[in-house]
Amino acid sequence: MADQKDKADKRRHRLFKYLRKEVLPTAFCPGCGCGIVLNCYAHAVDELQMDPNDLISVTGIGCSSWIPSPYFMGDTLHTTHGRPIPFATGAKVTRPDKTLVVIAGDGDLIGIGGNHLIHAARRNIDIKVFMVNNLIYGMTGGQLAPTTPAGVPTSTSPYGNVEHPFEIAELVAAAGASYVARWTTFHVFPLMESMQKALTRKGFAFIEIRSQCPISYGRRIGKRTGTEALQEYKETAVRAQEAAEMTPEELAGKIVVGRLAERDKSEFTANLRQLNDEIRKKDAGRRPEDWSIS
Amino acid sequence: MSTGKKKPRGKTRSSKLRTDYLSRFAGRSYFMQGDESVAYGSLYAGCDFFAGYPITPATEVAEVMSAELPHVDGYYIQMEDEIASLSAVIGAVWAGSKAMTATSGPGYSLMQENIGYAVMTETPCVIVNVQRSGPSTGQATMPAQGDVMQARWGTHGDHEMIALAPNSVQECFDLAIEAFNLAEEYRTPVIVLMDGEVGHMRERITMPPLKDVKIRERKLVTGDEMIFGGDEIPPMAEFGLGRFIHVTGSTHKETGIRDVQSQDVHERLVTRLCRKIADNRDRIARYEEMNLEDADYVLISYGATSRPAAGALLRARAEGKKIGMLRLITIWPFPEGKVRELTARAKKVFVPEMNLGQLSREIERFSKCDVVSIPKIGGITHTIDEIYNGMKGI
Repeated sequence: MADQKDKADKRRHRLFKYLRKEVLPTAFCPGCGCGIVLNCYAHAVDELQMDPNDLISVTGIGCSSWIPSPYFMGDTLHTTHGRPIPFATGAKVTRPDKTLVVIAGDGDLIGIGGNHLIHAARRNIDIKVFMVNNLIYGMTGGQLAPTTPAGVPTSTSPYGNVEHPFEIAELVAAAGASYVARWTTFHVFPLMESMQKALTRKGFAFIEIRSQCPISYGRRIGKRTGTEALQEYKETAVRAQEAAEMTPEELAGKIVVGRLAERDKSEFTANLRQLNDEIRKKDAGRRPEDWSIS
Repeated sequence: MSTGKKKPRGKTRSSKLRTDYLSRFAGRSYFMQGDESVAYGSLYAGCDFFAGYPITPATEVAEVMSAELPHVDGYYIQMEDEIASLSAVIGAVWAGSKAMTATSGPGYSLMQENIGYAVMTETPCVIVNVQRSGPSTGQATMPAQGDVMQARWGTHGDHEMIALAPNSVQECFDLAIEAFNLAEEYRTPVIVLMDGEVGHMRERITMPPLKDVKIRERKLVTGDEMIFGGDEIPPMAEFGLGRFIHVTGSTHKETGIRDVQSQDVHERLVTRLCRKIADNRDRIARYEEMNLEDADYVLISYGATSRPAAGALLRARAEGKKIGMLRLITIWPFPEGKVRELTARAKKVFVPEMNLGQLSREIERFSKCDVVSIPKIGGITHTIDEIYNGMKGI
């Protein structure tokens, strides 16, 4: 039996080994972008030849949090809504040798959990955040998100959204992250490369991945299939270098893709370890009678 | 792809470093606050990670931890709020730390969702709540005991809690160690339910010799045991052991994999989580008895209130009144059996509390005689007179 199973596994795709087999098939809707992101992530891990035992995935609540949890094989912490970044912060401080990856949605990371996102970027803690932005609360059936474009009708903005959405990647770049990029589910090869960059670069790395939700978002704006959304991403994407030369009017309705920030800055857990080393070096030189309580 | 390969730990959790450092304090006496004492007790217990957010009257816990943890190669991190603080604590525990946070009412309210997460994922951790006067911002710098019921029922869903209430600076130290030990033994969050009075009061404490302190280490998997079922209290796994563990606050099977549709899976999980504490109520429950042998009247108190209550007891005894006192050290799980037994032969029970009568209602549930609440709010502890005068009809 076991031999047959091994043979069957060998006939599968080479990335199949990165998936938790007992939870397949995935629960993603037809046309959802989450499968594309999972595919790109598995490719990125594979091409970097990373040991999945060195990866800790931390996720929140929402469809895109399911990309690593439970589907990706590796240690996984599926947290409360909006909190994967602080959970990952605690894990990274304790195990700085591990690669901490947060994959979650826009509602989770910038809606309920926005404060944690900007503070983690400020600290420049070595966590990799891949935020799947589908412009909507998908899992709960299509409610208004802080990323929903103005005017779009949702189940809780039936007359059209009267709010202004966040430009998240730009916000995280301003907050001090080491590496920030934006791609879409159409740009699979640059997204894979960008993920590899994020996974290997020290510091807080953030990739906003514009992704489609045909069921809870697309059908409300007349785009009922995943391919229509991918077509839109193809037509409206503008590379960051080109966008820098364009006026706000020209950029209206466009998605700026590419690297938005990359900077060298000391990393939080490295700073903590350095502090501990210095203090213990001083401790070693102190005479017993010099001790007093802190 | 190599799986299951064990790599050296990223962080050296040297117990020798900790014991060498703490041995400088061991056996010596200090004059300090309850908040400081609970921090030193936590260091003794092996705490190597603290995440917190400043709040009166609990800030001194964070101050001591930020100063002391680097000496033992532990980590203090200041988070953006109390939600993030407990999040970081739970993340650190699954990565291998012994971790804690400390807060007061408003921050404790923010932590409730993640307390439920720690219950559901069976994450051992310690949360110190130095209670202050509420609701809301209330009297921010003033003590109270208004979070007694929140400590029991603050998070949603069926659950049991462990909450310990020290009444002296020395006991803050001792119960911090006890809290960490109980957290590991029962794989559950433990609340140290202090109050602003005990937290800010200064008393003499003696730090015990390290060899006299019993520390319960985490029970980790040795083979392929299930970590979310099987045994009533299953062993834990940590990240990086090659187990590819899946930890979720959703209803999950014994393996950790989510199953939110099956009635039996949920019932089995939540019943076990409750029973592992409720069934061990008598092993967990700690209390102190004073003059109860012949008592017709019983004072039941806890925390700071037990100090003037003891004064009232002594005065009534000096007048020949047959009164005794039960001081609860463990508030949750509630020592139902002890209260039943005492009240079966008592005429009346008096319950002074710095709230409008929270635990007195719980005491009523298990009492066979009248229960009289002696409430006081406003940020000032009861005087001996107030408790003495409140014990009407003895």
